[in-house]
Amino acid sequence: MSRRRTTVENATLGLLGGLLVAFLVVPLLALIASTSLTELVEGLQHSLVWPALRLSLITTSISLLVVLLLGTPLAWTLARSGGRFARFVETLVQLPIVVPPAVAGVALLLAFGRRGLLAGWLYPEGWAVTFTTGAVVLAEVFVSAPFFIQAATSAFRRLDPSLVIVARTFGASPFRVFSRVAVPLAAPALVAGAAMSWARSLGEFGATLMFAGNLQGETQTLPLAIYTALESDMRAARALSIIMVLVALALLLLVRAVLRRSSERGDSPW
Amino acid sequence: MASPSRLTNLACASALILGVALGAGCDSATPGSAARTATREGDGRLVVFAATSLRDVFATLGTDFERAHPEVDLVFHFAGTHELRTQLEHGASADVFASADQAHMDELARSARVTGAVVFARNEPVIVVSTEAAVRIRSLADLPAASRIVLGTPEVPIGRYAAQLLDRASASPLGADFRAHVEARVVSRELNARQVLARVSLGEAQAGIVYRTDAQSAGSLVNVVTIPSEINVSAQYPIAVVHDAAHPTMARAFVELVLSDGGQRTLRGAGFLPPTGSPSAP
Repeated sequence: MSRRRTTVENATLGLLGGLLVAFLVVPLLALIASTSLTELVEGLQHSLVWPALRLSLITTSISLLVVLLLGTPLAWTLARSGGRFARFVETLVQLPIVVPPAVAGVALLLAFGRRGLLAGWLYPEGWAVTFTTGAVVLAEVFVSAPFFIQAATSAFRRLDPSLVIVARTFGASPFRVFSRVAVPLAAPALVAGAAMSWARSLGEFGATLMFAGNLQGETQTLPLAIYTALESDMRAARALSIIMVLVALALLLLVRAVLRRSSERGDSPW
Repeated sequence: MASPSRLTNLACASALILGVALGAGCDSATPGSAARTATREGDGRLVVFAATSLRDVFATLGTDFERAHPEVDLVFHFAGTHELRTQLEHGASADVFASADQAHMDELARSARVTGAVVFARNEPVIVVSTEAAVRIRSLADLPAASRIVLGTPEVPIGRYAAQLLDRASASPLGADFRAHVEARVVSRELNARQVLARVSLGEAQAGIVYRTDAQSAGSLVNVVTIPSEINVSAQYPIAVVHDAAHPTMARAFVELVLSDGGQRTLRGAGFLPPTGSPSAP
């Protein structure tokens, strides 16, 4: 292939990709460009900000922990069993990605609400999870877990099966193989999946609003605070949105840095 | 559950998988399409922007209007009053604007986007009670006995009215700490009256404060408790012709229909109060 043709083709590929980058970045830039520094400072002082930011960080951390603790073994099991049932389960747990969040919230209410499917069994004392911080975590786990499960399952599938066989031959128990061989080897992909899942739960809005409600300090996460501010004060809503974008950016960059360092050192971050 | 438009709003948030730029971007997705439909002029298309709480009653009035003016194609765009105001300020073309809030209409009149605003109805807050708590909560005084109360957030009109009437209740013989007692039971502050109603009709909350017209639409799913007139407040619903309306004559005809005896009867039937007169419930 001629050198010129190579250049043209590479440029075309770059241009196509660049279009998408522009489309994804321009709205976020518009958000920042439309807000002056004074407005941002005023936004930071808005009474909705800090309780919401704190709640968002706490609930997304807990939901991430839940997703990792339950999702990693699930992904390992799914990756190792190729049966029809496992394939079916794999598809099933991807469904929350497709379901609109508000519908997810309604579904959560219908299952775990005060008059939900499991109410008689879950709430004999009259207490219910709806309107509590616990409900926020449940909503976040529901919408974010599929992202981690998907990433972790394909990461485990890519592992060399002979490594597992070798470990088993040397007498390692299944649990030990999982925790000492599989997880460390798949670690970079697991961290990337965890970051995606965390980002999804940080942005979670619809399911939380439907299932957990909207009360400052209890269930009002950053996206809910933004939507609430939007009803009265567009500038505050913009400032809050920028704060949220910056928080997300900072944490995603941190994950990236951790990943790079671990791959440079050649070991896992676990 | 939630109104379809709210569901669409929430659903569009899901498109942003990373979810970092929520709300703001989503909110303006609906206006664009509405504005586009509205800009096609020349035909007999009369565009009415109206607050969500007017949906059912304006649909009925619209049928009457189209019967009287068969040449006109009436198009409604229903959304929250604040959202409609933002759309009008950003140049969405409409002929008529019916608002659920006087302040937003005043702002539009100040910037000369609308002319000749006149109040055509009022809506009063009522307490809705879930069926399980119906026996215990029979009056405003019983409200603190509800174990889970849902109100509108103070940023939206229904939340503001709830706060006002609770303040007035605290200044009444109900006691200075009445509002505090009620607020101690608040488990969520919703973004519109329909969501408050959904909470109560689903039994998640025992009591909430919504407009009478919302309560009426829920039928037997909730019990309605009227708030004493000396404590209650009411929401004014003004209607106006948009300044650069494509069909100003037809727009005025629609406003006249809303103000006419027949229009007012339809509004009364849906639970709205007359524009002036005693602040008490019918």
